Amino acid sequence: MENAIEIKGLCKNWPSFRLKNVDITLPKGYIMGFIGANGAGKSTTISLLTGRAKADGGSCKIDGVPAEALSPRQKEDIGLVLDECPFPETLNYKEIDKFMKNIYSRWDSAKFLADCTAFGLNPKQPVSKYSKGMKMKLSIAAATCHGAKTLILDEATSGLDPVIRDEILDMLLDFVQDEENSVFMSSHITSDLEKVCDYITFINNGRIVFSMTKDEVDTTYGMLRCSAEEFEKIDKSRIVHSRKNAYSVDALVYKNKIGPGHIVDKASLEDIMLYYVKEGKH
Amino acid sequence: MNIIISNSSPLPIYTQIENRIKETIMSGRLAEGDMLPSMRALAKELHISIITTKRAYEELEKGGFIVTVAGKGCFVAAKNTQLMRESYLRQVEDSLRQAVAGARLRNIGPEELKEMIEIIYKGE
Repeated sequence: MENAIEIKGLCKNWPSFRLKNVDITLPKGYIMGFIGANGAGKSTTISLLTGRAKADGGSCKIDGVPAEALSPRQKEDIGLVLDECPFPETLNYKEIDKFMKNIYSRWDSAKFLADCTAFGLNPKQPVSKYSKGMKMKLSIAAATCHGAKTLILDEATSGLDPVIRDEILDMLLDFVQDEENSVFMSSHITSDLEKVCDYITFINNGRIVFSMTKDEVDTTYGMLRCSAEEFEKIDKSRIVHSRKNAYSVDALVYKNKIGPGHIVDKASLEDIMLYYVKEGKH
Repeated sequence: MNIIISNSSPLPIYTQIENRIKETIMSGRLAEGDMLPSMRALAKELHISIITTKRAYEELEKGGFIVTVAGKGCFVAAKNTQLMRESYLRQVEDSLRQAVAGARLRNIGPEELKEMIEIIYKGE
């Protein structure tokens, strides 16, 4: 299987933050969700991956090409969507179409204009008059109209309402109808990722905690609900982190190592993040 | 074809899809040679991940319900009535096993259980 993204042993030393030995592999044709607390290293990883910052060690490859060696032509194969809308505020989308035509060799005007119409964007309004959701739809439309095969989104859905987020998920699922296309997206809205992602990668303090299929996440982790007495009897190597209250103990556990006779609920990505990040500090 | 997925079901989503497609094939609403939606199209429609639909199709293929033709798609396999009967029997057996476990727990003997089954069978 060919890989859309291949990150091996990636390191970066910022003055106040270190990215340590990050390994991520995304096979072609799939969607990967990238989760982690603020400051965990998501945006740093994405900057390195797209060649916007230089790594201090390790390698990033997109479609087999090292990030630092991407030619302008190969960069057109990557669609990047950041949380800020990159277009000049004074232009409307028809004007944006005109200058994008001159930037990208494979710019698909017809698709871009059709997408903008389908999203209900007003051709007469400048970008400055758009709502946050409209700006995001415009950014994604632009990123998918220059022949990109790998779409990278950094916090693209944060601050958007559920209806627009659902439309954006639709766009992404549409995009991967072509088996050559892949999506790598970071988001704090874990419920969105739980719906559509094939792979989940979790980064904490600059290190990868896990990178696996969503099914594997579901079968690896569980939420144990038990009494303090029961909790004491359980082998601690089976427990990731726990939280005690006056009447019970909740713990994130390795599901298949906990025997029958215990209450083990499904662990959501939010549970996993909370227990690793918050309880892991103690 | 109807595929209804419940988030509160204890069954994983791929098993739910697998069961729904099996039911549809068994009921005859999908006939031999009928094409199934592509894994990607199904994932998009249901708003679930592609790996989940892939797993469902793989399980169906393993069970002999569908065949995958490279480059063309997935099709309903030639009906293997023996296989289907086995699958039905297994389902009934599983339900009975549950009932027996429940009966045992509450000290209900085999005679009483048999009687119950007969009444239910005739009644319905």
